[in-house]
Amino acid sequence: MIKPEKMKLTGYRRPDGRYGVRNHVIILPVDDISNAAANGVASLIKGTMALPHAYGRLQFGEDLELTFRTLAGTGRNPNIAACIVIGIEPKWTERIVKEIAKTGKPVAGFSIERHGDLRTIEMASRKALEFVQYATLLKREPFPVKKLVMSTKCGESDTTTGLSSCPTVGRVFERLNKAGATMIFGETSELTGGEDIIQSRCASPKALAEFNRMFDNYTQLITGQGVDLLGSQPTEGNIRGGLTTIEEKAMGNIQKIGRCKVVSALDPAVEPAGPGLHFMDSSSAAAEMITLCGAAGSVVHYFPTGQGNVIGNPIVPVIKLSGNPLTLETMSEHIDVDVTGILRMEMNLDQAADEAMRVLEDTINGRFTAAEGLRHDEFVLTKLYRSA
Amino acid sequence: MKHGILLHEFEDDVGVAVEDLKKGSKIGVVTLEGKAAGSIHLISDVPLGHKVAIRDLPKDKPVIKYGRPVGKAVAAIAKGAHVHTHNVKTLRWSV
Repeated sequence: MIKPEKMKLTGYRRPDGRYGVRNHVIILPVDDISNAAANGVASLIKGTMALPHAYGRLQFGEDLELTFRTLAGTGRNPNIAACIVIGIEPKWTERIVKEIAKTGKPVAGFSIERHGDLRTIEMASRKALEFVQYATLLKREPFPVKKLVMSTKCGESDTTTGLSSCPTVGRVFERLNKAGATMIFGETSELTGGEDIIQSRCASPKALAEFNRMFDNYTQLITGQGVDLLGSQPTEGNIRGGLTTIEEKAMGNIQKIGRCKVVSALDPAVEPAGPGLHFMDSSSAAAEMITLCGAAGSVVHYFPTGQGNVIGNPIVPVIKLSGNPLTLETMSEHIDVDVTGILRMEMNLDQAADEAMRVLEDTINGRFTAAEGLRHDEFVLTKLYRSA
Repeated sequence: MKHGILLHEFEDDVGVAVEDLKKGSKIGVVTLEGKAAGSIHLISDVPLGHKVAIRDLPKDKPVIKYGRPVGKAVAAIAKGAHVHTHNVKTLRWSV
């Protein structure tokens, strides 16, 4: 059995003391109409990456707060060396710049009004070039596993995820938990039928109360629409893979946390305050969930899949694990950790966890995941309700 | 006899086919920990990843997987039959 403390991890130490495993310079639009300028800068300056998205205008209340927190959290993520923020007007732009600046990393904001796209692109590109020169000089250094913040969420689940890839992650998380790492899981809707297990794992009355509030809010959202989730949960892909009910799907999902206690229940895109396993209130849609994990500071992600979800994220390397022989046979270019041996009864969970940890170590040290190599850069904001 | 059905827990009502299983074949059942749990005579084809009834399940019985109910039988299900959305529904939402 591989001990987490024995893993040789290297990363980029950021000014706030957190470690990143990638070293991106990002061009972050505040709103949909600033995507063009952000893309403009990224196409001019080598080593930068724009993160276009669909929202950021006329949002209000909790929905607006979540967008701010997600964008600022993305810039704050330790995988980001430096960040350019571009918005249509200066006020919201500066609000995001200020949050990112608290980490001590280089950040600069530009707004388009009274300049136009072209002058904005020129000014931002000059700063982006400086940032790239700063970032390319940074060196990896060893860091202890207790400084690791990572996340998990599964997708296109089937019965094989519950038997193999999810419990493999659960076994690794038990080891990481003992070693003092920080882990995030979520998928509020997909705990339905297994929520009592999460409740029984909550480590404090506060964590339990927060979890219950989040789960009840979600249930009310569904019933308030006068519908149930039959037809959506399980999904058609889940059903094709042999999952029959939401409870069965939830039990497979919950295998990812092993026997860990849940130390806190976080609102979406909130950074965990300390080590251990944290629940984060989140959609079960893969791109939304991993974007929120990135905003909460996760630097690497375990993604068990059965039928073959191809998701990736621009700033968080996504490691895919699958135990479905058909998926490995037909779409192996997407899978980083093959645990089909569990179904063939040639591999036990401890051996599968060792393999998952070897890939985790390599990924942290810079090896591209399948999703990174295949340019899976899904960056999707969670929208709580319609804009004004 | 080859092992082709996996159980999460020894007492589960349903097991998972780890390869495409054919009607008429006799297939061994084991738990994830490798404990043998007898064999099943298949009375329908069961594709990889789908479930097989380990025992006769009367209509309305909660179906046990992972050692706990994950739905209920909406028709009588015979030992060795394919178990899926046609004969099991959720206990959570109105059906």
